[in-house]
Amino acid sequence: MSKRLVSKRPVPPPTAATERPVTRLCLTAVALAFLALFLVLPVIVVFSEALAKGVTVYLETFDDPDARAAIELTLLVVAIAVPLNLVFGVAASWAIAKFEFRGKSLLITLIDLPFSVSPVVSGLIYVLLFGSQGLFGPWLEAHDIKILFALPGIVLATMFVTFPFVARELIPLMQEQGSLDEEAALTLGARGFRIFFTITLPNVAWGLLYGVLLCTARAMGEFGAVSVVSGHIRGVTDTMPLHVEILYNEYNFVAAFAMASLLTLMAVVTLAAKTVLEMHYGDALARTTRI
Amino acid sequence: MMSRMALFLTLAAFCIAVCAGRVEAQTQLLNVSYDPTRELYRDINSLFAADWKKSSGETVTIRMSHGGSGAQARAVIAGIDASVVTLALAADIDAIAERTSKIPADWQKRLPDNSSPYTSTIVFVVRKGNPRGIKDWDDLVKPGIQVVTPNPKTSGGARWNYLAAWAYASEKNGGDDAKIRAFMSALFKNVSVLDTGARGATNTFAQRSIGDVLIAWENEAHLALQEMGADKFEIVTPSLSILAQPTVSLVDGNVDKTGNRKVAQAYLEFLYTAPAQAAIARHFYRPVKPEFADKKDLDRLPALKLVTIDGFFGGWAKVQKAHFAEGGVFDRIMADAHR
Repeated sequence: MSKRLVSKRPVPPPTAATERPVTRLCLTAVALAFLALFLVLPVIVVFSEALAKGVTVYLETFDDPDARAAIELTLLVVAIAVPLNLVFGVAASWAIAKFEFRGKSLLITLIDLPFSVSPVVSGLIYVLLFGSQGLFGPWLEAHDIKILFALPGIVLATMFVTFPFVARELIPLMQEQGSLDEEAALTLGARGFRIFFTITLPNVAWGLLYGVLLCTARAMGEFGAVSVVSGHIRGVTDTMPLHVEILYNEYNFVAAFAMASLLTLMAVVTLAAKTVLEMHYGDALARTTRI
Repeated sequence: MMSRMALFLTLAAFCIAVCAGRVEAQTQLLNVSYDPTRELYRDINSLFAADWKKSSGETVTIRMSHGGSGAQARAVIAGIDASVVTLALAADIDAIAERTSKIPADWQKRLPDNSSPYTSTIVFVVRKGNPRGIKDWDDLVKPGIQVVTPNPKTSGGARWNYLAAWAYASEKNGGDDAKIRAFMSALFKNVSVLDTGARGATNTFAQRSIGDVLIAWENEAHLALQEMGADKFEIVTPSLSILAQPTVSLVDGNVDKTGNRKVAQAYLEFLYTAPAQAAIARHFYRPVKPEFADKKDLDRLPALKLVTIDGFFGGWAKVQKAHFAEGGVFDRIMADAHR
């Protein structure tokens, strides 16, 4: 672009859409085709397979006590992991965006770690830490506390994998906003937590909501890390994604896809909630992000 | 205020989660098993629960965990609360005994028939009409044949597959080591997909239609035919195979802690009784007490020449070290096959 500006013959500066209509059409078509092939089609397949033997068979899947237990466990894990990640995510991004301290870039890198590490590896980390032969294993066993192959292990693995969602959403937002509002509040005599709850938190409310929704969707669907720490005990430590695999491996394809369709629905509802909120409160959102 | 409330709630939830892990009903059993036994144990568990209710008046809940045999053994070593283990081969239970103090070293002598209440063998599954004309192990090493078998490093079934092929090659070549290895390399050169578990391999072959022949547990082969349709596949029994002996054991360290030793022991002994042995044959396993099984179930399992792990290979400890350890014979065969 800079070359064009210094060239001798003046060229009109390129605007946002100088491409010819044909090019635009092609690009749109490619994007739509890609979406249809890789997103819409699989979702349709999931639902058509699930309903292949009729609605009655589909609904029977959810009558099975093991299926119920898997759904309950998944919801319970989300109910524990997401609020905890919310608290940690807000704390971490607050510290990073508003304060200067040594090791800040290290902290940012660490927050991103779960994105770059394979979920299987993150599951294995917990086996190495809390397994019988692991670092804390003997102590935990002596005190009869179960982490691995029980709810706490599944929650920890889910939290590890979904940790960056809230923080990653908030850090750029908070950095962009700077700390002017907070400084103003400080000059008006507000202190610590008061500033946080009346200024900082409301300012990022929308970004926070977005992060929490993404975190929820991901927490429901986590497979790899949970698979390593769960122990696959039917009706006890099987989450919904694990139960899908089990049903599939038992040649119970209708039930497997029925369970998968429920997972898909839960994710779609989560994202739809986000869209609806955006539609209704778009102005407020624009204000807080200061676009 | 709201956030403090949220913080309190999450902390409370976490405490409940930790505590929930500690509380457990007394008459619960956890059977940690390998992949293809799902249908078998679903049947046996309901039989045993009814039997136990009748004899002791107690209601027992039996939980199941299934996966690759090696992976399941590792889960027990890492501390999963298994009351009993019912794994694909003795070597995996040996591994638990070796690395933890939860199972005594002589576990295999505690139950009849070397602690294997049922056996099976290794057969081939081919597409209907047997288009590639597969009759015996020799046909599997022909160029262009695509073979599906799981990975012996992670799957117990796959180790039996590997050893069955080895036994055949050994019989055929009079024990000539170089010729056996050449045969095995040719075989693994034809392997197109190396899944981690037996059930995964069956799904690859049957659902995803990959490969000309699947090397599988006999019970798994029959189950696949039953579930996916006998009009799509055929079972081919080779001239020689291996007597696969899945083994079972109490996990003493866990049952003594949970206090369910009595019912766990009864559960394992129940596997040798008439109703369980009949169920075993129903699910295409070979019962150790065939007199209890239905004759028409037994007729589905043809007689063939079977070598044993102890007789032919000198026991699992030896095989495990020589063939499947890091840098062992299997690793070298794979390196040869993919040169």
